[in-house]
Amino acid sequence: MKVHSPQAVATKTSTGIRGFDEITEGGLAKGRTTLVMGGAGCGKTVFALQSLAAGANTAKEPGIFVAFEEPVRQILANAASFGWDLVNLSKKKIFFFDARLSPDIVKAGEFDLVGMLGMLKAKVQEIGAKRIVFDGIDVLLSLLDDPNAERREVYRIRDWMSEMGLTGIITQKVGAHEDERRHSFLQFMVDCVVILRHQVDDGTAFRSLRIMKYRGSSFSGGEFPITLDTRGMSLSHRGPVELAYKVSNERISSGLSRLDTMLSGGYFRGSIILVSGAPGTAKSTLSGLFAEAACERGERTLYVSFDEGADQISRNLRSVGIRLAPHRRSGLLKMFSTRTHGRNIDEQFIALQEMVLAFEPRCLVVDPFSTLSSKNVHHAAVDTAQQFLDFLKTRQITVVNTSLMDGLATTNEATATAISTVADTWIHLSYFAQDGERNRALTIVKSRGMGHSNQVRELTLSEKGVDLADVFISQGKVLMGVARWEWEQRELEQEKRGRLASDQRRLQLEIAQAEAVARIEVMKKEMDGRDAELARLLKTVGAAATLFDSDRAVLKKMRRADEDAGPHAKTRPTKKHPIKPAKVRR
Amino acid sequence: MPKKVLSSRPQKLRLYVAGHAPNSILAIANLKLICETHLPTDHELEIVDLLEDPRRALADGIVVTPTLLRLHPLPVRKVIGNLSDASQVLLALGR
Repeated sequence: MKVHSPQAVATKTSTGIRGFDEITEGGLAKGRTTLVMGGAGCGKTVFALQSLAAGANTAKEPGIFVAFEEPVRQILANAASFGWDLVNLSKKKIFFFDARLSPDIVKAGEFDLVGMLGMLKAKVQEIGAKRIVFDGIDVLLSLLDDPNAERREVYRIRDWMSEMGLTGIITQKVGAHEDERRHSFLQFMVDCVVILRHQVDDGTAFRSLRIMKYRGSSFSGGEFPITLDTRGMSLSHRGPVELAYKVSNERISSGLSRLDTMLSGGYFRGSIILVSGAPGTAKSTLSGLFAEAACERGERTLYVSFDEGADQISRNLRSVGIRLAPHRRSGLLKMFSTRTHGRNIDEQFIALQEMVLAFEPRCLVVDPFSTLSSKNVHHAAVDTAQQFLDFLKTRQITVVNTSLMDGLATTNEATATAISTVADTWIHLSYFAQDGERNRALTIVKSRGMGHSNQVRELTLSEKGVDLADVFISQGKVLMGVARWEWEQRELEQEKRGRLASDQRRLQLEIAQAEAVARIEVMKKEMDGRDAELARLLKTVGAAATLFDSDRAVLKKMRRADEDAGPHAKTRPTKKHPIKPAKVRR
Repeated sequence: MPKKVLSSRPQKLRLYVAGHAPNSILAIANLKLICETHLPTDHELEIVDLLEDPRRALADGIVVTPTLLRLHPLPVRKVIGNLSDASQVLLALGR
């Protein structure tokens, strides 16, 4: 007689799948059956194998794997990369039963699984199995090829598992175009239904898991991204995320002092910075500056690149005066480069998370954080990205992400929302094409919790380094590069011209003044000459006084006038009689 | 003649059944009828109850029941089902 006490029903058993045990509050129901369904290649077999391996390794529960579809050898080979040591387990703790029916087998009438279950019973008793997997039940069903027989045999399996007290997993391949209703009795029959999906969006593959049904248990009903790595399958979800991380008021430098000024002091410690922009707008350069500044503060920094190799980045940044090599040598900076195309987006994040856990950086650069830029990002991937960023926040890791984006306006709305949600500081870089050249412009789109400049700045790169320059607005246009230079030159020119003009005016005045002085000198000389001549003449005439009376009278008058000058006469001699009104008149 | 060659060497058959499962009982009856009517008398037939000797069935690679094996002559042939389709059985046995 079997009695299920409430406790026994509630008892669950770990699948070893990180995340799954959390969303199901413990894993699979002990002594019950779970149906795992999904298309080809979405991880049904992995799910099942991992649960068996976890049972055998940690829960001390040996298991049996019944393979309807794949040869056992192949299953073991495929799972070799997961590090569960299945080959070793298969010797003692997991029994692999090859239940494939070869294609050349002749079918002559109805058959059943009574015999198979008889053999399996013997094995269960022999190894003390507690878990069992029927992998690829759809193959068996198609061979039975009769709805009544299908139903009868599946119920036979279910009842047998229950009788043996086994925790069972049945996997079923469901094609996209198959009539799913035909085998829907499977879903009603079992206690728990897990649906796996595999899809490709924009060249990136996504796997996801959803629990459709779980009798007698609460569960999270959402679709969770899943990933496969060396430890097997894991769900990116780690239970409900509480947005309660410590926030810091500490400011850290962006590596560019004028940008720090624009942000009224730099980035916040533990914040998420997004640098978006078109290709070649120096996104990596800003990342490099941040990394360099972090290392100079003595902070461990991880630089993850999905575009270029570490050495290439290092060399390129060197050309604009950013030196990463010494920090790489000292071990403060770790650079990691990998290609992402075709990989599961969640796999990338799991890998990133593992790197962060291993290296424990205070600052992180992800170049580029492509999830935030792809046109058709699956919502599950965005969730994963957010979870990763939340994970960084809880660890107070400051992260600079770059994102390829041509323009803010053309951005897909969902993407923009996603970015806006996660980024604390968003810097956008763009090109200004003008007068036959392209210049880089930097704008701060948003920056939470700090005053920040709304000005556009020109980002200039040279071997001397990176700098921000003011841009000029002229006739409603932003001037940059040569246009800005020309503008500056024109300004200088005008100033110079103004200076020149005044110089010239001064010179002209000076010349005029000098001319006047010279003229006075000439006149004085003439006057002196005439005076001398007059004196000579008078001397020659002498006492003879042959001068006409009138002349003498004139002379006399002049001299008298001179004597009569009175007070003027006393000062004038020092000036050697420069101007005599009578003479000037003459 | 091929028929003579076949009949000159006795056929060796083994039928795996599972206790008193309906298909197994049917298979035994069907096979006995086929043997009596179509096979020469010198054939060997062994009926194994898998539930009593599961190890042997495992060794023979039995998956479902009933399963009929023609062990001799080689190659080994496998027929699954309750053998209600006599023509399929005879085809498999080379008759």
